[in-house]
Amino acid sequence: MTATVHVPGGSMPAAPVEPRKRRASKVPYLLLLPGVAWLLVFFVAPMIFLASQSLQTGSIEQGYALTWHIGTYGDALSAFHSQLFRSFGYAATATVLGLLVGYPLAYTIAFKAGRWKNVLLVLVIAPFFTSFLIRTLAWQTILSSDGPVVGFFRATHLMDLLRSLHLVAGNDLLSTPFAVVMGLTYNFLPFMVLPLYASLERIDIRLLEAGGDLYARPFTAFRKVTWPLSLPGVVAGTLLTFIPAAGDYINSKLLGNTSTTMIGQVIDGQFLRVLDYPTAAALSFTLMLAILVIVAVYVRRAGTEELV
Amino acid sequence: MTEPVGGFSPALMRGLLSRRTLLRGVGGAAVAAGLTACGTAGTATKKVAAKDRAATDKSSSEKIVNWSNWPEYIDVDDKTKKRPTIDAFTAKTGIKVNYVEDYNDNDEFFAKVKPQLAANKDTGRDVWVSTDWMASRLIRLGWVQKLDQANIPNAKNLEPNLRNVEFDKGRLYSLPWQSGFTGIAYNPKSTGGKKVETIDQLLTDPALKGKVTLLTEMRDTVGLTLLSMGKDPASFTDDDFNAAMDKLQKVVDSGQVKGFTGNEYGKGLASGDIAACLAWTGDVVQLKADNPSLGYVLPATGHMIWSDNFVIPNQAQHKTNAEKLIDYYYDPAVMAAVEDYVNYIPPVAGAKEVLQKQDPSVATNQLIFPSAATLDKAHVFRGLSADEETRYNKAFQSLVGG
Repeated sequence: MTATVHVPGGSMPAAPVEPRKRRASKVPYLLLLPGVAWLLVFFVAPMIFLASQSLQTGSIEQGYALTWHIGTYGDALSAFHSQLFRSFGYAATATVLGLLVGYPLAYTIAFKAGRWKNVLLVLVIAPFFTSFLIRTLAWQTILSSDGPVVGFFRATHLMDLLRSLHLVAGNDLLSTPFAVVMGLTYNFLPFMVLPLYASLERIDIRLLEAGGDLYARPFTAFRKVTWPLSLPGVVAGTLLTFIPAAGDYINSKLLGNTSTTMIGQVIDGQFLRVLDYPTAAALSFTLMLAILVIVAVYVRRAGTEELV
Repeated sequence: MTEPVGGFSPALMRGLLSRRTLLRGVGGAAVAAGLTACGTAGTATKKVAAKDRAATDKSSSEKIVNWSNWPEYIDVDDKTKKRPTIDAFTAKTGIKVNYVEDYNDNDEFFAKVKPQLAANKDTGRDVWVSTDWMASRLIRLGWVQKLDQANIPNAKNLEPNLRNVEFDKGRLYSLPWQSGFTGIAYNPKSTGGKKVETIDQLLTDPALKGKVTLLTEMRDTVGLTLLSMGKDPASFTDDDFNAAMDKLQKVVDSGQVKGFTGNEYGKGLASGDIAACLAWTGDVVQLKADNPSLGYVLPATGHMIWSDNFVIPNQAQHKTNAEKLIDYYYDPAVMAAVEDYVNYIPPVAGAKEVLQKQDPSVATNQLIFPSAATLDKAHVFRGLSADEETRYNKAFQSLVGG
């Protein structure tokens, strides 16, 4: 299990070394073949189909024809831009919350857990043993208006705080933006914790001891040593949380209301119920491009400015 | 710890770059060609001519029938978890029924079988149960086959009021499996003991604010709204539809509505998270068995009636077996056994008489065996042209997912 956990931070940096050893061997290419074939069949081909679909016009009765109707993108964006921005807002919030919850957890498991390390790691992954849908449905019960969580929020005036932040509307937690963001945070937490753990766990404890010897206080040692060294994990964890969260539609469907609609739900509705395949395809494509741009900007910033 | 700390990110960027270069290498021309190819492939989504619909019938050599149905929509023996009427059918005819509950939602099911039907290929299913409007769409597209009446003599038991539906005059392509009403259900615990008796009250009563759900089925939600405005869902105009949508939009904007649901309102209604909602009869009869305090109202302005219908898809491999299955369920005694469990409205005349002897409490329930007066106030949603269906769905979807 540790081997797989190491992947995000570990194997990627090895790539730049490769081109220098110029060997005529074909073996690496053969080894690449399954991966490339997989990518072509399950990523490139559907992508081309999607792009094509987004430029077609027609109906299910008449059939669709490629007319290069680029206007679909404009129409789709003007109709659904608020859902798109909302998705990114929710996903970003869930990512930040995930980091706030996940970092101390990963830190504890990596440095303080001792022999409980493996047990704790299993507990982090344990929710994956049941289906995503069931876990989200469970949140309906947890947040339901006669449940203890709502009672606690009401008694401690946390409810008033949330209401002043417009995260809940009435006196309930279910069917609010708050519930959706909580659901997203919860569901994607393991994706945050595991890469964080992987990069924290590899930190040489002697570096921290050296920092202490040089009169760094624990906080300074954390800021100067632990945090920078864990940044690959932070980048990987935030990406693995943000990307699926932005496209998610189960949480907003089950835990939200009519004003928490995320872009995934819109695509689902356009594809399944309206049968407007071009709009659904155009929205999917836009979502993908937007995520690509956000990720590229993020990775570049995190990679060149803060880390050097 | 030899690699640079930021190693992860430049490598990722390089990965993106090289992938991009690779794509460029493949060539924009190839991509464009691919796009065009998909375009022409897409045009295959068309009506299938009547002569091309049937497959060679394997019914006599393979004694099976593949039936897709909605969950919890057939009699189940609570102890053995077996399905008595299906087992009896197999015992009687020797035909094994592969009964699959994979029909959760009309639209989702349509998306699931569309690729095969559009290409006029076998879907792996011989019969399934589609709601009126979906059956209408399938008939319009030519994706379902005519039933061979010679194999279904019991079809004569079909209730007379269901014989000439707008989408299938004379029932050539479809036969109802169950019918039901759409009305209002409420949980007195959450309404403060208040009854919810009209659509207008459901949509505007401040006591219910944020605790109301409507149905994702456009025909139910819009139909009941039209009725509350004094319009007939069987003969409304574009303007009427728009007026109903305006009314619903105001209701949604006011925060009255918690959401739009399919079957899943049951859990919330029982727990009280939903105070009142639009709901289907059979569901509520079943829910009331566990929560007797739940209320169900057919509004005075009228309620919606719908049916789910047996249809046989194109290229079904066991068409005759499927017809024998339909014929079997049109026996009043068999339908009565189903009804005793599912509690919807049976489309088979004579089922009531059977149940009066076996289970009088079911036979006298207005939601299962409605009186003529109740049926008079039941309305159907009119058939839509392809163009109307697209426009209305689009408008309704932006209401649901605004």
